[in-house]
Amino acid sequence: MTRPESPRRPPRLFDIDDVLDSRRIVVCCGSGGVGKTTTAAALALRAAERGRRVVVLTIDPARRLAQSLGLTELDNVPARVEGVGEDGGELHAMMLDMKRTFDDIVQTHATPDKAKQILENPFYQSLSGSLAGTQEYMAMEKLGQLHSTGEWDLIVVDTPPTRSALDFLDAPERVSSFLEGRMMRMLLAPAKISGRAYLKVFSAGMGVFTAILTKITGADLLRDVSNFLAASESTFGGFRVRAQQTYELLKDDGTAFVVVASPEAAALREAAYFVERLTSERMPLAGVVINRVHRTAEPKLTAERAIAAAEVLEERGIEPIARAALLVHADRVRMAERERQEISGFVATARRVPVAEVDAMATDVHDLAGLRVIGGALGAAAGS
Amino acid sequence: MAFFPNVRLHVVTGKGGTGKTTVAAALAIALAAEGRRVLLVEVENRQGIAGLFNVAPLGYQERRVATVERGEVFALSVDPEEALLEYLELFYNLGRAGRLLRKLGAIDFATTVAPGLRDVLLIGKVKEAVGRKRNGVVVYDAVVLDAPPTGRIVRFLNVSDEVAGLAKAGPIRHQADGVMALLHSPRTAVHLVTLLEDMPVQETLDGIEALRAAEMPVGAILVNMVREQHFEDAALALAATGSLNLTSLRAGLNAAGVDVTAKAAAVLATEATEHAQRIALQETERTDLEATGLPLYDLPLVPERVMLGTLRLLADAIEEQS
Repeated sequence: MTRPESPRRPPRLFDIDDVLDSRRIVVCCGSGGVGKTTTAAALALRAAERGRRVVVLTIDPARRLAQSLGLTELDNVPARVEGVGEDGGELHAMMLDMKRTFDDIVQTHATPDKAKQILENPFYQSLSGSLAGTQEYMAMEKLGQLHSTGEWDLIVVDTPPTRSALDFLDAPERVSSFLEGRMMRMLLAPAKISGRAYLKVFSAGMGVFTAILTKITGADLLRDVSNFLAASESTFGGFRVRAQQTYELLKDDGTAFVVVASPEAAALREAAYFVERLTSERMPLAGVVINRVHRTAEPKLTAERAIAAAEVLEERGIEPIARAALLVHADRVRMAERERQEISGFVATARRVPVAEVDAMATDVHDLAGLRVIGGALGAAAGS
Repeated sequence: MAFFPNVRLHVVTGKGGTGKTTVAAALAIALAAEGRRVLLVEVENRQGIAGLFNVAPLGYQERRVATVERGEVFALSVDPEEALLEYLELFYNLGRAGRLLRKLGAIDFATTVAPGLRDVLLIGKVKEAVGRKRNGVVVYDAVVLDAPPTGRIVRFLNVSDEVAGLAKAGPIRHQADGVMALLHSPRTAVHLVTLLEDMPVQETLDGIEALRAAEMPVGAILVNMVREQHFEDAALALAATGSLNLTSLRAGLNAAGVDVTAKAAAVLATEATEHAQRIALQETERTDLEATGLPLYDLPLVPERVMLGTLRLLADAIEEQS
């Protein structure tokens, strides 16, 4: 049925505008420093200017990019971006406040007394601020909330620059299995575990475990954990259900994952990992955006020839401007060639995935005009 | 002069995408080239070091990855689970119980979920390597830590704060206090890797402020991927505004034996303009970094893929500026 594809076949082009016009959720993921937040903002802006009512949820935007979107502080509620959407579209933006999102869940689902107990618990305070996976979980929780209001044509989500893709996809599962997990229940009350065989093995294991944990951490931590769990049992009872709902939402046809990378070996390795993981989880992966690609409009003049020519001018002590221009060109060609190699290597491992490239800009992007240029480059990728 | 000669622990942080791991590796080579035995440590299990030195994935066993003149570079990838098991073994002589705990998921629980514990274990292992002695002699003259990114560095290093609220006594607290003593001493320096671009520089400045507020010893700013200025200043100013004379540029290229079309000359002029704008941006960003009063070290942009040879080139750049 399927025909093996030639490794030399060019990557499929990524029709971004189709995604922006037809999907309800776009999730941007990728490693840190590849321009993920900028891409998310550019996609959201483009969708809004194509007439949709859009909200972009950012995690930790650079200050000037945040300012360009009218974001001045973590506010946790979407605010409209001025100067966008004369033709009916709207762009709203918000920055995720992880702790506040967590606190909101507690306040929504617990009685005022219980909520107070939980919010003041030292273990909760540490958990809500720093637990590995909390940020990912809260981003997904917020996505679920925004989606359920039904207010938005499109929600664009920027994800935390986690060190591995696993963290991001596993986050809901990890947090909920921790909060509801066997380990926690055993810590609380080993006797609750049903089944005699389990009871025997686990209470023996748990005895050792609690003893050691108490020894290592001091008794306070365990007491705080127990108090926290006792207070939050009802509150977080639905966590797993919610995590499952979020997972289904992400898996839905209305969602599109966009993996963002730069043409560097490390970033593309991470991107390949994301592609692999999303594909094996059957998540709706729409394509890969590769930012900051260098190219030259004069590839016929090779780096070697340019350097040799520059040396001739140097020796003769003439034409310093032409000499400098040749060296600039040589650097550019070498960089473009190296990046082309990295990208080809990536495409060979993930060749069924559509790819869009965005050229490197001479200056940094931190205003709506710059975002429009990037959005335009993304939109043009499919047409080129 | 040597690079921070009295420092034993070099913590290298930086925004994602700035080449933090590459610079940490180059620093390790530069230190080794001065005749030291250096340990390079990564803590996020990305296997970035193995990729750079072109060796098999690193594990919890320290392994030599490079020999440089009279010095050597060893490398290690610290895994929090292994660190916890080693720690329990050392202090509690657990044996089979340790494996049982792992089976039960207790080790996974303790290292991924218990807040702060993971970081205490990771830095604890680094501290152990810094202080390790064999026959009364230190094993490593210097340790270079490829640390988490700037945005998380203070929380990562400030284990004491993290743990203080939770573990008020016991060995973990003791361990955390020991780590803090090392991190706040002149034997440690935290270096920040940045690019001369807006976002990385802003994050670097924020990071320095946060480190200083936490009273951590800030070392140097390692400026990576610095583009070389090929034009003289006057010509650069012309290029920046797109005002290079195309006819004379083309004539100059012809004089070098490169016969180009008018269109090709225009392409080179455009590339020169973009180069000039980048250089101008670099200078603005550099001024902001200099205002911190910290020493700046420039590492040149290498157009080719980074391999051992390029690492050596970057290491030489660090040595020359020391």
